[in-house]
Amino acid sequence: MNRLLETKAITKKFGGLAAVSDLNIWLDFGELIGMIGPNGAGKTTVFNLLTGVYEPTEGDISFADQRINGLKTFQIARIGAARTFQNIRLFKNLTTLENVKVAGHMNTHSGLYASLFKTHSQLTSDSEIDGRARKMLEAMNLSHAADIRAGDLAYGLQRRLEIARALATSPKLLLLDEPAAGMNPQEKQELMGLIRKIREDFSLTILLIEHDMKLVMGICERIYVLDYGKIIAQGNPSEISRNPKVIAAYLGEDYSDDTALETP
Amino acid sequence: MIGKSMRFWIVRFLTIVGILLGMFFLSKIITDNLDSYYYQILIQCGIFITLAVSLNLINGITGQFSIGHAGFYAVGAYVGASWTLLWQPRFLHSAPFLQMGTTFGDAINLVIALVLGVLAAAMAGFVVGLPSLRLRGDYLAIVTLGFGEVIRIVVLNIDEVGGARGLSGIPTLVSTGGMAVFWVFLLVIAVVVLSKNLLQSVRGLTWLAVREDEIAADAMGVNTTKVKVTAFVIGSAFAGAAGVLYAHFFTGISPDVFDMNTSIVITTMVVLGGTGSVTGAILAATLLTSLPEMLRFLKDYRMVIYSLSLIIMMLTRPQGLFGTKEIGWKSFHRRRRTSAGGSAAA
Repeated sequence: MNRLLETKAITKKFGGLAAVSDLNIWLDFGELIGMIGPNGAGKTTVFNLLTGVYEPTEGDISFADQRINGLKTFQIARIGAARTFQNIRLFKNLTTLENVKVAGHMNTHSGLYASLFKTHSQLTSDSEIDGRARKMLEAMNLSHAADIRAGDLAYGLQRRLEIARALATSPKLLLLDEPAAGMNPQEKQELMGLIRKIREDFSLTILLIEHDMKLVMGICERIYVLDYGKIIAQGNPSEISRNPKVIAAYLGEDYSDDTALETP
Repeated sequence: MIGKSMRFWIVRFLTIVGILLGMFFLSKIITDNLDSYYYQILIQCGIFITLAVSLNLINGITGQFSIGHAGFYAVGAYVGASWTLLWQPRFLHSAPFLQMGTTFGDAINLVIALVLGVLAAAMAGFVVGLPSLRLRGDYLAIVTLGFGEVIRIVVLNIDEVGGARGLSGIPTLVSTGGMAVFWVFLLVIAVVVLSKNLLQSVRGLTWLAVREDEIAADAMGVNTTKVKVTAFVIGSAFAGAAGVLYAHFFTGISPDVFDMNTSIVITTMVVLGGTGSVTGAILAATLLTSLPEMLRFLKDYRMVIYSLSLIIMMLTRPQGLFGTKEIGWKSFHRRRRTSAGGSAAA
């Protein structure tokens, strides 16, 4: 069985409002899947459900053959689901390198005692983490910025650092929440290349939320379309771009008959 | 690998022995030569450095705004003093090695008082740390403030520990043979070295990450709950130790020593030093403890000038004396080349 993630009829209600209802999605190992939908469709809520920020009101989520609803965010991160944030959430006062090292801490074998007393094993394990973090920065083309305060980085670099930090947790699944938000066309182009590359290099499964159709249609193998918390369509990019329901959700009913969404 | 590790531990052991011996002789020299007025100020400084640096673990490094640190200080002082004044004479007065008055007996009793005081304060820290899981910012501050007051009021109403009169006549265990500075220095070194070690480790980075962005830290696999409670426990434990030493040096404690004012002063030290900076906390604690004494020549205007200088310091350096920087730790210099390195500041 090569299924990495599967949700079975999950629903999340906030008071009376069902932000996500009866959601069934699945990801196989190595897939690159997109999730699109208008603003407020519930995409980020899905991410929050998958990473344990929210617990589903109903339904089950299984990840790597393990039922993960009810697990805490940090536990889910430890079993291999890492994410980036729509509104960048870096540790602003730490340096670029330190940001990545925080994510690498899971690989430390030494406890609090070892850190307080600076034992030999702690120094060894910390320098391993340091080395791995530097390699990660190199892979993500961020080496030159290693000692710069993360909050002072240029916007594009901050986005890239978020991905580097997520990768440093050695995830199986990477959840990217609008990675191209605020980027110019050239940066977006670079990002597409980067996402493909890290997927190969780290043998990742990727689920990404994005508004930029060009990017989603360009790199995703399969797309889920969400509207009002429900999956309204799924399929490969060309199917999605011709699906009348999707066009209606994005452009309004009037256009649904004769328009197709932009494809690359 | 084993050889390397062995050598590491031998070096470590020799360093500790060296520090202890050095401190012992330094304490002797200080005790013999320093005027008792300055001696007291020195002890006060040491105690407040411990309090400020330990609060820095909670406020500065982990970012949990606590303003009830005097509560833990009080728990340590009262539990420690209860041992030497009440429990030891009542239950173990006949044990030969626990006789007070001899250097050895005093040291043993002080260590027991320290252990009890630290444990009690750490437990209190655990209890107060728990709300920090659900509360943050202003709300947590109010809870910790309330806790500090609760401790004070509880002590005020226990007759066994003197109620409002407090406890007096606590044996001056630490003074025997010029040991007061020794114990205080030892505590200061312990809290500073442990904080520094933590900050230089990857684990310490995860603590800073909790302060920077709890949600992101969580998503990076940091058990934020554990970090926050641990910070409270360790920070409180050191405050408790400071309390034990205070009680056994000044020989008298009463609830008003540990009132809200004290908590606010300790918090001020952390903020003034620069949130998260250990060396900043040390400097601010020394400054705020000795300044009121240095200003004595101003007579009635003393506290006015003291308060004014606080306001001026905060106005001119709102990020604290050191900001988040440290001085003197080679490996800890944050190289903040904000404009260099090929990227424009965002």
